Amino acid sequence: MPGLDTPLSRGDSLVHRLDPRARLLGFLVFSLPVALVQSQAPALLGLALAALLLLLSRPAPGLFLRRLAAVNLFTAFLWVFVPLSAPGQALFHLGPLAYTREGAALALLLTLKINAAFLAVTALVASIAPPELGCALQALGLPEKLCHLLLMTHRYLFVIQREYQRLFTAARARGFVPRTSGHTYRTFAWLLGMLLVKSWDRAERVHQAMLCRGFTGRFYCLTDLRCRAADVLFVAASLASAAAMVLAERLA
Amino acid sequence: MHISEGVLSAPVLLGGAVAAAAGVAVGLRRLNHDRIPQTAILSSAFFVASLIHVPVGFTSAHLILNGLLGAILGWAAFPAILVALLLQAVLFQFGGLTVLGVNTVTMALPAVLCAGLFRPLLLSQNTRRAALGGFLCGSLAVFLSGILVALALIGTGEAFQTAAVAIFLANLPITVIEGVVTAAAVVFLGHVKPEILSSALT
Repeated sequence: MPGLDTPLSRGDSLVHRLDPRARLLGFLVFSLPVALVQSQAPALLGLALAALLLLLSRPAPGLFLRRLAAVNLFTAFLWVFVPLSAPGQALFHLGPLAYTREGAALALLLTLKINAAFLAVTALVASIAPPELGCALQALGLPEKLCHLLLMTHRYLFVIQREYQRLFTAARARGFVPRTSGHTYRTFAWLLGMLLVKSWDRAERVHQAMLCRGFTGRFYCLTDLRCRAADVLFVAASLASAAAMVLAERLA
Repeated sequence: MHISEGVLSAPVLLGGAVAAAAGVAVGLRRLNHDRIPQTAILSSAFFVASLIHVPVGFTSAHLILNGLLGAILGWAAFPAILVALLLQAVLFQFGGLTVLGVNTVTMALPAVLCAGLFRPLLLSQNTRRAALGGFLCGSLAVFLSGILVALALIGTGEAFQTAAVAIFLANLPITVIEGVVTAAAVVFLGHVKPEILSSALT
């Protein structure tokens, strides 16, 4: 099971020092053109800008490369399937299907866009610690209940994961070896059922403890969000890069 | 099951965002403050469950369990799945901002639909009927999610037809496993703590 820690959110790079709200706004402004442009020039520009941001955020290289590989499994899948159904001039034939030049060009465009988006998420969103993310989203006007749900879900991920690992260890200690069999699936289902029962009971205790401490439905953020000149500058730069991508799309 | 950022066309993205916003709004309206800790901790449990890899022949697949999520959370499945996707972006850098809507809808809409459709069976005292309800709810939810993902790709352009068919076919064996796991979990919960199933937000 993958770790649920967020090592990328710990750092003191230039990006980490920006206000989380500014990072989210910048990400929003940058994501729209990256998702929507249809020609190579603006996509390349987006990729270059995102790479620059990533360099500024200085992520741990090993972790970053593993995640990059995972994202590009999906682009590899697109390189296999998209050129087989896109109409156009055939580069070669695979049985009845033609691998087309136009399809390959589309796969290349998608690869650029997917990687630009991934680099931007890594630099701007993964650099925010989840408790800060909840507060920043609330400060940006998302529904309070949603942010509250986000914060509490994240808070209990680790607790529940440990609980699951305890249940799984107990099952293994009794000789459970996962295979492709009905017995395996039933065992996993019962482990999950037990996990849900334990989570249910825990939620009751947590809620009672919250009520004891005077919980009235409001969630107070302890993170101090402060907007500095650098944050304004960053959002302005994001707007400028988005405008540059739109301009490049018009010219192409 | 998700689609990466940068693939889908603007109308598909917009449609997904509007539908997701509507679903999340309904879910949040029905979720009062008293139920937030419960919904959040159950969402954590489902997030952990989605990280479990079960063996399938030579390879392994991770569980999605959106049918069971719908059966337990009801309409709160929409905000719960949106939160899970946001956390995936922070923890694993999967997904993106503009596809958030489409990805929420492809998983949450089948969850809410199937849970509503099979609710009488899921809550049945009879073990066989409950197991049948669990199987149908679990497998149909994942099946419909596969169809929605395929439709989002086909709606984007002709070039994605083969990819959509491939995703749909790869999804079929998972459909059966999800059905079996959901059926056994529903029967287990029916015996051990039936209120988990009966207090979903309908």
